[in-house]
Amino acid sequence: MSTTYDIDTEGRLPALEARDVSVHYGDNEAVKKVSLVVPSKRVVALIGPSGCGKSTLLRCFNRMNDLVPAARVSGEVNFRGQNLYAEEVDPVEVRRRIGMVFQKPNPFPKSIFDNVAFGPRINGYEGDLDALVEESLRQSALWEEVHDRLGDSAYALSGGQQQRLCIARTLAVKPEMVLMDEPASALDPIATQRIEELIYELKKDYTIVIVTHNMQQAARISDYTAFLYMGDLIEYGPTETIFTNPREEQTEAYITGRFG
Amino acid sequence: MSAPEPTFMSTSSPRSIRRRRMGTVFAVLCGAATMVGVVSLAVLLVDVALDGLPRLDIDFLTSFASRLPERSGIKAALVGSVWLLVLTALISFPMSVAAAIYLEEYAPRNWITRIIQTNIANLAGVPSIVYGILGLALFVRFLGFDRSVLSGALTLSLLVMPVIIMAAQEAIKAVPGTIREAAYGLGATRWQVVSTQVLPMALPGILTGTILALSRAVGETAPLIMVGAVGFIAFTPSGPMDRFTVLPLQIYNWVSRPQDEFRALAAAGIVVLLVLLLTMNAIAIVLRNRYQTRS
Repeated sequence: MSTTYDIDTEGRLPALEARDVSVHYGDNEAVKKVSLVVPSKRVVALIGPSGCGKSTLLRCFNRMNDLVPAARVSGEVNFRGQNLYAEEVDPVEVRRRIGMVFQKPNPFPKSIFDNVAFGPRINGYEGDLDALVEESLRQSALWEEVHDRLGDSAYALSGGQQQRLCIARTLAVKPEMVLMDEPASALDPIATQRIEELIYELKKDYTIVIVTHNMQQAARISDYTAFLYMGDLIEYGPTETIFTNPREEQTEAYITGRFG
Repeated sequence: MSAPEPTFMSTSSPRSIRRRRMGTVFAVLCGAATMVGVVSLAVLLVDVALDGLPRLDIDFLTSFASRLPERSGIKAALVGSVWLLVLTALISFPMSVAAAIYLEEYAPRNWITRIIQTNIANLAGVPSIVYGILGLALFVRFLGFDRSVLSGALTLSLLVMPVIIMAAQEAIKAVPGTIREAAYGLGATRWQVVSTQVLPMALPGILTGTILALSRAVGETAPLIMVGAVGFIAFTPSGPMDRFTVLPLQIYNWVSRPQDEFRALAAAGIVVLLVLLLTMNAIAIVLRNRYQTRS
């Protein structure tokens, strides 16, 4: 399936545009010629049943798939007009500018401060590190809870706090876009709600692509939703349309819970 | 017609009695097999301690070997062993860690890497005397290091490197992939991921493996005879190119003397060697425990 879904980018340049992106793991085609446009400073949700290729597609957007030896990506991913898979592109630089938050909170075994400061440090940040750490923790709504114990181990935090710490850590390198791979799937409902509120706040400044298997979550937080099934992009459009008036029968079957 | 009440009492049919007896015999045999090792080690330790402790004093540690048993000491061998240990650690540790990092983090997953990996596992099983012959040909003769501490340390480094490499690989593998992903996701280069996240987390495991491998090296005798460690020496090495002897060799030398006094010296030497080994193992255990409670 290679239908292109036109998205109204409201007159602005899209943040990211995938063109015929396919991913092979050996002989298995996990993502099949997917094309979609991610508008700037909006939240795009990728939904679909387990194994539909949504996480794999997400990982194409910051060249995280390069780390999987068996994965082969073809097609183009244009970020602000630059193809991320062009030969001269350095994947390290791509990952610095396009941040990622993972499914399970994965703080480093270091202090809260050092977790947030890690990215700026390895990237040679020369400004006021204390201020940057505070700013990042405030952005991820964690500052009030941890400002008096920045030296404590990150492992002492609850799961939800750890995930917000991971978001702060991602924001500290000042990315231009944030990818989230089921960021709340390992969290309880209250921690999940806090993450969702946070995403709502963050889209003022960031373009966010989020993978979720929770359809209510996609409906609540995203502006656009892409439904993937067996590696195909079945349908992509404004979230409201996808959830109230889907064009494809498979989409309707999935969002009404008839399979998946 | 009611079935007999089920009971859980053992029946007393001959078959069932024989079955239970077999179980008991097997348990006793396994217990006995365990005890053979433990008891003989305990007997050996007590015997050595009884023979050696009376002879163990400061003079013993600070005197050189002598043909007079009452004036003989272990200084040359003890200092020689420490020299060898330190040099071997300095040579083998960085090389092994580098090799392990290469194999785990950099090497492509292809047949060449698999061959290297298989060979390292095989090298760990090569008899130490073979390393001695290699050391003699390569370091003593070809490179002209002569019968020096350096030749000995290089030879022992070859001996322990496969073991340290494999221990380091295990420690590196144990670092969760999610930590690597997190670091890569922040724009870290491969070297930054390895140096700032993987190595610090793997270090306790690597150190434990290194210490255990080195404690094996301290007890080695055969390869050092090949590279020319001497049995009788009245000075301590003052540099890596000096000649040397080591504890096991000194002990062997004393044991082979006919006089009883020298046997007591050997026993005291064994106590010194054991204290050195057990200390190293204790350090390894402490490191491992600290690592386990932290993660």
